[in-house]
Amino acid sequence: MDITKLTISNSRKLLDTKQISAVELTNMYLDRIKQLDDQIGSYLSICEDNAILQAQEAQKLIDSGNSSALCGIPLSIKDNICIEGTKTTCASKMLEDFTAPYTATAVDKLIAHNAVILGKTNLDEFAMGGSTENSAFKITKNPFDLDRVPGGSSGGSAASVAASLALGSLGSDTGGSVRQPASFCGVVGMKPTYGLVSRYGLIAFASSFDQIGPIAKTVEDCAIILDSIAGYDSKDGTSLSYKNPSSYSSSVSEDIDIKNLKIGLPKEYLTDGLNSEVRASLYNSIASLEKLGAKIEEFSMPSLKYAIQAYYLMSSAEASSNLSRYDGVKYGYRADKCKNYQDLLGRSRAEGFGKEVKRRILLGTYALASGYYDAYYKKALKLRTLISKGFEDAFTKYDIILHPTAPETAFKLGQNTNDPLTMYLADIYTVAVNIAGLPSISVPSGYDTNGLPIGLSFTGKPLGEHEIFKAAAAFEADFKINLRVPAI
Amino acid sequence: MKYIPTIGLEIHCELSTKSKIFCDCPVSFGGEPNTRCCPVCTGMPGTLPVLNKKAVEYTIKAGLALNCQINEFSKLDRKNYFYPDLPKAYQISQFDLPICKDGGLTINTPDGEKFIRIERIHLEEDAGKLLHDGFGKYSLADYNRCGVPLIEIVTKPDLSSSEEAKEFVEKVRLMLLYSGISDCRMEEGSLRADVNVSVRPYGTDELGTRTEMKNINSLKAIARSIDSEIQRQIELLEEGILITQETRRWDDNKGESKSLRSKEDAHDYRYFPEPDIVPITFTKEEIEAIRNSMPELPDKKFQRYTVDFGLNETDASLLLTSVNLSNFFESAADECGNPKSASNFIIVEVLRILNDRKLSPEDIPFSGNVLGRLIKMIENEEVTSANSKKVLSEMFDTGKTPEVIVSEKGYKVINDSSEVEETIREILSKNEKAVEEFIGGKEKTFAFLMGQCSRALAGRGNPKLIKEILQKELDKRKGGI
Repeated sequence: MDITKLTISNSRKLLDTKQISAVELTNMYLDRIKQLDDQIGSYLSICEDNAILQAQEAQKLIDSGNSSALCGIPLSIKDNICIEGTKTTCASKMLEDFTAPYTATAVDKLIAHNAVILGKTNLDEFAMGGSTENSAFKITKNPFDLDRVPGGSSGGSAASVAASLALGSLGSDTGGSVRQPASFCGVVGMKPTYGLVSRYGLIAFASSFDQIGPIAKTVEDCAIILDSIAGYDSKDGTSLSYKNPSSYSSSVSEDIDIKNLKIGLPKEYLTDGLNSEVRASLYNSIASLEKLGAKIEEFSMPSLKYAIQAYYLMSSAEASSNLSRYDGVKYGYRADKCKNYQDLLGRSRAEGFGKEVKRRILLGTYALASGYYDAYYKKALKLRTLISKGFEDAFTKYDIILHPTAPETAFKLGQNTNDPLTMYLADIYTVAVNIAGLPSISVPSGYDTNGLPIGLSFTGKPLGEHEIFKAAAAFEADFKINLRVPAI
Repeated sequence: MKYIPTIGLEIHCELSTKSKIFCDCPVSFGGEPNTRCCPVCTGMPGTLPVLNKKAVEYTIKAGLALNCQINEFSKLDRKNYFYPDLPKAYQISQFDLPICKDGGLTINTPDGEKFIRIERIHLEEDAGKLLHDGFGKYSLADYNRCGVPLIEIVTKPDLSSSEEAKEFVEKVRLMLLYSGISDCRMEEGSLRADVNVSVRPYGTDELGTRTEMKNINSLKAIARSIDSEIQRQIELLEEGILITQETRRWDDNKGESKSLRSKEDAHDYRYFPEPDIVPITFTKEEIEAIRNSMPELPDKKFQRYTVDFGLNETDASLLLTSVNLSNFFESAADECGNPKSASNFIIVEVLRILNDRKLSPEDIPFSGNVLGRLIKMIENEEVTSANSKKVLSEMFDTGKTPEVIVSEKGYKVINDSSEVEETIREILSKNEKAVEEFIGGKEKTFAFLMGQCSRALAGRGNPKLIKEILQKELDKRKGGI
């Protein structure tokens, strides 16, 4: 059995036809993690005992003919999503020894569907970054080239799926943190409509942007995971009470027809910042889509030019407030030998947070400070309205908006660590989707001359998950023959 | 020089919802430290606040009771500051769009009625409590109070004396009590006030520099702190020293305030809209529905008591000091059909027992209707007023009904004139001296003989009957001389 060929949907068949047991499948992954993850560094912690127990439970259901789509399927979880009794660190010294006292709703739902949780994956500290290099604990490498980054912030999740160290993963996407690493690692990553998946238990970075999303090998696998985690949650005040007319996975089938699908391509994303090989790949993808009958048209959405500025101001502002709870008083890191409360607060935060987190806290504090609020935060809010409106207008003409997931392929480890602005630009195409709360999916669409994966994003209107799954699946079916597996 | 004081208040009131503002933890006073918390109210990573709809409804009720306009669109905001009793390091509050605005209340002053404007009422969460060891070695944080829903009522600077401030807070307290949204127990901190005071020389229009004193939790302390601050500011101005804008801490035991922080040290709270909670929207119809569900408020009741029931203002106010007491009175009045008798009996007899036994109106072990039946028995001369007190006392002791007590104890009034006549003759023959004195014109002796007769009848004689027969018997003896 070639583990690199396994997907959630074909593993389902193997499990249900008893060609493999849930425990065997889980052990295959646990063994592979032991063998390979020293090289990749995708996991921060492994939940071996629990995973075996969950697999045994899943097998009972399979044996009694009561299995469901995720029953016995081994998954990994980004380490900013809480699982009760398990360390949840956000890859920060601040939460190095923090054991979550409760389980996030999305994970609760996976467990309720009898999925197997293999472990927690590495990320940029508090999900701030685009390369997973901001982790306080380890460097995660891109399975396609061990000298390169897996992207971020859900780099551990994307790498674990790409290296077949999990069949799927939950990441979180604040400005592209699921889609960009999926694109760098040659897998599928999906960010749902804001509010479709509960944020309860996802450790907040920027509340109005954060969304948990699946990473898997195929569009169908992402849809299967989303089917299980989507839905209203009374513990999240921003959760949508949306009645899904049919399952997402049912939108993904062998012979999807995208004839006459109207696709818009924003001109603003085709500027000099776009790497030439990524650009060439984009036009190849457009040709494929046209061959499948889609109608693609360039259009202009001027407000997109400001998306990255608006995003960094607003997300940093929210982060500065969300991360102020780490004060050394109740949980998390506390500095030694403090003289008084001020000293405790200042030193715990100074020693517990990494550079990038501090940079954003300072930026956000500044953006909200009296005297600057109007010039920065308030202006960014206006841009948010403008960008949302721009998308709204575009969706009166197009069913789907298409764009490259990232302007470049995976860069070398350490290449951008001292250049935060270049690092921020890795999100240039993905942030607008979070600003407007739209659903978007990135699928593998090509490789550069170094053999590094390139990703293509399909963005839909609010709650347009079915449409983007369909379009992405059609593209994926056409591209399948070119798909590569990392040689590890 | 004469000075004019200007006072504004910020009144904080804890709402008596069953659960906290953003989670399911119970709202109640006290309790073992940190036993009424959960991951949400202790600000655990990844938790989210979910707004308690009841808390919003209660805020609207407060607004309606205090004659405010209700904003059809309002939102919550984050107020960011670090303090160990604030687990999230921000307080979820309201900044520029509070739920209620532009209201006010009329108070009575020596110069007549005065309208005190209310600028806004907003909803927010309470913080926890810190217990200091007193030696600066350590502090303990108790998060039980974290997330208790709180409203803040902000007045315009319309008050001009400590008496007015006291009167206003008392009236606000009653309005909130009767709205059923808070128990307003100042001693437990569920109602507390921040006081803003400034003074300006008589004849000038521009307000002086104000100072603020925080978290004062009794009416007396509010009055004392205002008087002390007015005095302090006048003394400084008299010496030619400028007042600095600052926050001061009032120490009620010492009767003085100390500077806490100056304007320069003021926090920049960096307010911004709370992204975890969607804005609060209400239609006019929804607001009207809440208005129609409001109980009768004390000012309306006062009208009814004085105009319809004919009670005097003092008695009406006294009955209205407690929701339980006024409800008790209303059902007693309803039962006996005579509000005035009910009011008198409650104010004289019931309150005396409550005082003696150190009980509050909610501790009365029987309903107002039951008391109404006892009052009816007195009116119908089925029990004497002397015995009714014993019955009342026993009702408190045993919770038995007045009918049962009267029959068990044999308090039923003797309306049989032959029995009364016999007893009176006996008494008169035993008290020849008193009878002679009476006949000799000493009118006072009559009362003594009345008392003797009542006692001989063990308080069960119908007083009217005793008086009538005694008068007759004495007249006989007068005539016999």
